[in-house]
Amino acid sequence: MDEHELRTMIDEVKSGRLSRRRFVQTMIGLGLTAPLAGQMLTSAGVAQAQSKLAYKPTKRGGGGALKTLWWQGATLLNPHFATGTKDQDGSRIFYEPLASWDPDGNLTPTLAAEIPTMQNGGLSKDGKSVTWKLKKNVVWHDGKPFTADDCVFTWEYCADPATASVSIATYKDVKVDKVDSHTIKVTFAKPTPFWADAFVGVRGMIIPKHLFAAFKGDKSREAPTNLKPIGTGPYRFVDFKPGDIVRGELNPSYHMPNRPHFDTIEMKGGGDAVSAARAVIQTGEFDYAWNMQVEDEILKRMEQGGKGKADIVAGGNIEHIQCNFTDPSKEVDGERSSVKTMHPVLTDPAVRQALNLLVDRGSVQEQIYGRTGIATANFLNAPSKFVSKATKWEFNVDKANQILEAAGWKKGADGIRAKDGKKLKFLYQTSINAPRQKNQAIVKQAAAKAGVELELKSVTASVFFSSDVANPDTYSHFYCDLQMYTTTMTQPDPELFMNQFTSWEVASKDNKWQGRNITRWKNEEYDKLYRQAESELDPVKRGAMFIKMNEMVIQHVVVIPVVFRPRVAAVSNALRVEQSGWDSDFWNLQNWYKEA
Amino acid sequence: MSRYLLRRLLISIPVLAGISLILFTILAMAPGDPFEELATNPNVPAEVRLNLRAKFGLDDPIGVRYVRWFSSMLRGDWGFSFTSRVNVDTLILQRLPTTLIVLGSAQLLAVLVALPVGTLSAVRPYSIFDQIATTLAFIGFSLPTFFTGLLFILFFSIYLDWLPFIYRADISATGWRFYWEHLRQAIMPVAVLGLFQGAALTRFVRSAVLDVIRLDYINTARAKGLSEQVTITKHAVRNALIPVVTLMALQIPTIFTGAVITEQIFRVPGVGSLLISAILANDTPVIMAITFVFSCLVVTFNLVADLLYGWLDPRISYR
Repeated sequence: MDEHELRTMIDEVKSGRLSRRRFVQTMIGLGLTAPLAGQMLTSAGVAQAQSKLAYKPTKRGGGGALKTLWWQGATLLNPHFATGTKDQDGSRIFYEPLASWDPDGNLTPTLAAEIPTMQNGGLSKDGKSVTWKLKKNVVWHDGKPFTADDCVFTWEYCADPATASVSIATYKDVKVDKVDSHTIKVTFAKPTPFWADAFVGVRGMIIPKHLFAAFKGDKSREAPTNLKPIGTGPYRFVDFKPGDIVRGELNPSYHMPNRPHFDTIEMKGGGDAVSAARAVIQTGEFDYAWNMQVEDEILKRMEQGGKGKADIVAGGNIEHIQCNFTDPSKEVDGERSSVKTMHPVLTDPAVRQALNLLVDRGSVQEQIYGRTGIATANFLNAPSKFVSKATKWEFNVDKANQILEAAGWKKGADGIRAKDGKKLKFLYQTSINAPRQKNQAIVKQAAAKAGVELELKSVTASVFFSSDVANPDTYSHFYCDLQMYTTTMTQPDPELFMNQFTSWEVASKDNKWQGRNITRWKNEEYDKLYRQAESELDPVKRGAMFIKMNEMVIQHVVVIPVVFRPRVAAVSNALRVEQSGWDSDFWNLQNWYKEA
Repeated sequence: MSRYLLRRLLISIPVLAGISLILFTILAMAPGDPFEELATNPNVPAEVRLNLRAKFGLDDPIGVRYVRWFSSMLRGDWGFSFTSRVNVDTLILQRLPTTLIVLGSAQLLAVLVALPVGTLSAVRPYSIFDQIATTLAFIGFSLPTFFTGLLFILFFSIYLDWLPFIYRADISATGWRFYWEHLRQAIMPVAVLGLFQGAALTRFVRSAVLDVIRLDYINTARAKGLSEQVTITKHAVRNALIPVVTLMALQIPTIFTGAVITEQIFRVPGVGSLLISAILANDTPVIMAITFVFSCLVVTFNLVADLLYGWLDPRISYR
């Protein structure tokens, strides 16, 4: 799909012939994110859609207690120190960003009075600045007014390397100025197409200047507010025990009318995913449980005649197999899988294409993941009905055999194909996790039928995903031929995600295997396209570029996508929530309510 | 006696130092990084993680880190958790009451079950009561707590829907309701743990009483016309309890450090669940503090048990 076709589709949305949701889903099918699709529509003048969750309660409070379960409890409540989503979610009860991402990629205002656009003058023509207007009636939980100073301070706080904030990447290259008491201007060093990062979503939560000012930089750990958050959110802080429980109560001076619905909120941590699902779906002891990494079969059994259901929403997680383009068995300058080498077999495109045909995604979905893992051909997420023509998955052993035969890989006496004395034998590793081992077995079986032998290896997750420089078994060392894991796309813009195929990101000894290009695939055309997309201001042109990049990755079989893993939460039947795959679970907590 | 005590106390110092050194070295050599989640998150630049590691002194050699840890421990500074950045002592003190309530009641339940059942079994060995008690005791200590725990949840929470299976340390109710809610949520974890420990203890009490009951002085007591009840309670059980008391003294340290598995199953926010989540997160200061406190308690209660033994049985002397 090129730019022209994209523009035709956008016009169709504009004239109402194509629904907005359908467009967004098609873009997701092409490997884009919903927020980028939303941005493309907004730039073409299509109005932002309203959130689909209608808020029914007509007064504030009276909803009783909202009990939620996180099987990993929040360990700290400063959003800018959050090590995982659990901490971001815990913080999000109390803190709010200027705007949040809904499931369809709409930017919805939270603390902002309106979303900046070209039309309302919020976005500058050169793409170098954004002006945000803040809501005026907002007060912090301690009664102090929320102003532009707090936004400017949040930027200073996060951008200071001494603070060691996890949001530093979002804030370090921007400059934030106060225009007036309720207007701020974010200035970028260079034209920035995706401007909605600072002050938006999970890294955009704004902290009060009056409480954190004394604890910027080196002293950041000592701030008492780290443990007793004072924010602007729908609930006020009551109690926090790290790893166990976060409790809040209704904020009587919340800035949105009639909200929130619940009198108290509780986020209990600990335990495991299955019993968390049970407490919501089967016994109804709790109202909501996060991140249901539970086999679909078990979820379905619980749902029968239960008190709740699994709520599934698209996000950016993808279980995929990576092909190593370098030689894992040759050591050069003290490292294996060095970019100075070439994989003796996997660099043959025919072999990779055959492997792609040997991954039976249909069976993986059917037998292992069910609703929680949907077969995909795209490196980014793709609900099956919207898969584009260019990237389509197929499971076909005969075709794989033909391709290998044609490329000169002949079966030997042992049934394994070989060419020039090199055998089609691969070491295929992943982390220890029951569904992954089943997945490995399915692939191995099919590969054997095509004369490809796979040796399976599984590594403990804590080693596999560690960044230990000395350990050769980590995923970033990639000292084997094939490996499989889930990569998470946590950011709404695909730019950062797609840089894992650029040649300057290759993981190597020099960068202590911190580079993000694990496959070590290098392609000049891809690099060039990526550089262009970095500064392309027209969202439609930029979108077309990302679609092209995604297609390149798939057509070259750099990675073999297996299943896309949507977000799954357990929700009680009476509770009304709206999940978004692009933001925190609590992104619109203020609108949660229970049907009487 | 006091010389013995002094010697034991002096010995325990190098023992504890040795334990802490071993613990620290093993933890330092184990794979993993407290900021691992940051490493796999593309939004967070690698510098943040390296910066944090440097700031918390994780890149220093093991020796330096150990000396720093040990000297601050001596000064009473337990350090702070890498994941929550809260002081470790605060974290442990937050969890301690829950652990003490749940494990203390479990221990109490174990004793309340084991003493009468074990004694009765020993008084009438191979009777029907003894057969049943022995069978149940075997089943009890053969079934691991993670199994009985799940069984209890399935039966009492899901099938019957009587009891909640998620333990909450702070219940907002007041008055009678507060106690009632606490009781309801504590029944299952306490029963699972108490019955497991009680089963083993029953066997222990039974064999201890059985040893004593055949001795001559019991026959003498009976011969001089004492009632059966007095013979058993005053003469037999009292003497049989000496090893039982020692055993229980040695079990006390586990009350403080929690029951990792049971706490995980019922989401009891105790020290055990703190320990397991700290281990999973590679949160060294928390792991060190809990394991070290546990070692101290074990060493101390070993000493207490030895002293108690002598006090109960004056024939034992200390040199």
